[in-house]
Amino acid sequence: MERTTDIPVLDVSGLPTVVFREPNPIFWGNLLYMLIEGAMFAMIFASYFYLRTRSTEWPPGLAPPYLWYGVANTILFLTSVVPARSIQLRARAGDLAGSLTGLIGLAAFGLICLVIRGFEFKGLNCRWDANAYGSMVWALLVLHTGHLLTEWIETLVMVAFASSRKMEGKRFPDFDVNSDYWYFVVGWAVIMNIVLYGTTRLL
Amino acid sequence: MITFTELSALAVAVCLIVTILKYRAPGMTLNRMPLLVWEKLVLSFMVIFAMPAVMLVSTMLLMDRTANTHFFNPAEGGDVLLYQHLFWFFGHPDVYIIFLPGAAIISTLVATFSRRHIFGYPGIVVATIATGFLGFGVWVHHMFATGIPQLSESFFTAATLMIVIPTAYQFFCWIATLWNGKPQLRLPMLWVGGFFFVFMIGGLSGLMLASVPVDLQVHDTFFVVAHFHYVLIGGAMFPMFAGIYYWFPKVVGRMAHEALAKVHFWLFFIGFNLTFFTMHFLGLRGMPRRIYTYLPEMHWTGLNQIATAGAGFMTLGILVFLINLFWSIKRGTIAGPNPWGAGSLEWSVPSPPPPYNFVHIPTVDGREAIWDAPPNPVFVSGIRDEVREVLLTNSLDAEPEAKEEQPAPSVWPFLTAVVVSAVLIGSIFTLKAVSYGALPIAFSIIAWIWPKEHEVEERREHEKWRAA
Repeated sequence: MERTTDIPVLDVSGLPTVVFREPNPIFWGNLLYMLIEGAMFAMIFASYFYLRTRSTEWPPGLAPPYLWYGVANTILFLTSVVPARSIQLRARAGDLAGSLTGLIGLAAFGLICLVIRGFEFKGLNCRWDANAYGSMVWALLVLHTGHLLTEWIETLVMVAFASSRKMEGKRFPDFDVNSDYWYFVVGWAVIMNIVLYGTTRLL
Repeated sequence: MITFTELSALAVAVCLIVTILKYRAPGMTLNRMPLLVWEKLVLSFMVIFAMPAVMLVSTMLLMDRTANTHFFNPAEGGDVLLYQHLFWFFGHPDVYIIFLPGAAIISTLVATFSRRHIFGYPGIVVATIATGFLGFGVWVHHMFATGIPQLSESFFTAATLMIVIPTAYQFFCWIATLWNGKPQLRLPMLWVGGFFFVFMIGGLSGLMLASVPVDLQVHDTFFVVAHFHYVLIGGAMFPMFAGIYYWFPKVVGRMAHEALAKVHFWLFFIGFNLTFFTMHFLGLRGMPRRIYTYLPEMHWTGLNQIATAGAGFMTLGILVFLINLFWSIKRGTIAGPNPWGAGSLEWSVPSPPPPYNFVHIPTVDGREAIWDAPPNPVFVSGIRDEVREVLLTNSLDAEPEAKEEQPAPSVWPFLTAVVVSAVLIGSIFTLKAVSYGALPIAFSIIAWIWPKEHEVEERREHEKWRAA
């Protein structure tokens, strides 16, 4: 419909509705939630090292966590970056089949990481109520597992979108952003495992 | 409960930042953004970095109570000071989170009622950001009496003194704006004046408390109570009342009753100073905080009676204020769109504003959009009005970039809020609330984002990818 008007106008009718990265508010919202969660991780690590300074022995009177589950999961996390990146490239090209394959791959990685995480809990060699050290390592692992679990569920929701009749253009930026959050989970997994398995042996 | 409120604060902070960065009117570059919005942006970032600390520490405390963890139990290698550190890492930035909106209201009102643009706009923005950063480096000044190392004491004293600089800078800018403008002493300006007086005294006693020897001497006395009431009531409540009287006509379409409002101000201002100024002396005479009675030979009675009388004055003031609000909503004189002749965009729409705010999205040509508008201003067209379509602009220069269709009304956000509230209240009593509650929370969030089929089809029709 054409409008006749004598006020000068800025016509925005031709602007796109499917945009990636900086132009998309979802990208910013996701980034800010990562900042919040990052601050939370930073605080819990600061608390861990603070409690370390209150004790002469570390771990105090307990064996350090079993190493190899942690190593296995770290390698797995690092490898999972491959499907995460492929989702981003496929999504930005508007390739639905490619995005779906990547999302299913990422969900599979998430599931295996969660299973190994279960063994990591078993391999902590202490209960959360043993002492402050025990509380702290459990807190680290629970906090990260919470993130892993929510990210895994989010990936499953993305799989559901990609394979349903409700798929639309604006979901592609969602896939793209989902991978950003996955990188965040991987990054903190690596840092956490260095702290959990490294500092309990070296400090 | 703390975790609950902080969760809400964090979600609001994310909403505010994304809205400020992506949904501005075309032409409102960062350099033209109203100072109120700037300070909201900075304080939202402060919320994002400060609130996780208190969420974490309240959760740890909850675990110590309900799951037998030992984070703060010294017998099992825990540490009580860890609690204080984490609490004040949130607690002190929170003081600035409370103060920044107050400062923003003052900047807005001083410009409007001086009939000129604010003096030193870039400097005020930088001062705000500096306050945001420095606010995170002073938390230990709440812990001077806990036996921390002397070097830390010196560092945190210096950091605390440093934060005076950006705050004082803003003060000088306000004075310069008034000095160089044509100040009008309209109603909200009374509260701005009250703010200058009260907050200044609070700032000066803050300088005294930043010094470790003084702090140790008056720690946990009424001197500290006096100080933080001067800072927080001065820095937040006086600007809040100024803001209420300023935006009241915009919100309800009618002016507040001027004479009643003046009675409110004087009762509150006199009552406040009677109550809290006397507390400085009580503190110096050794009256500790958090006591409900004392022996008559301490000679604190007279000053305490003055303080109590002051509290009575403040209560009367608030009563007058409430009467004024209820009276003015019904009987106040009709305000019109811009009773103060202000320059920011909200005054360009009718009072009270219609639900859709603007008929056409305006464009902005200067820091005070109305004052700086050209004779024939440009409006945005091409936004679909059969759906809730909004314009997205880029974060730095606010150039139109994309369009976004926002979802239609839905009951799921409300249900999510109900479920989250139930789970977090339940977590006070048992951790099982969290494990059982996670499932309904996940379900309601997914139901929230799950779209309706006809909406998807409609969007697919209008879909337009950004050309590569």
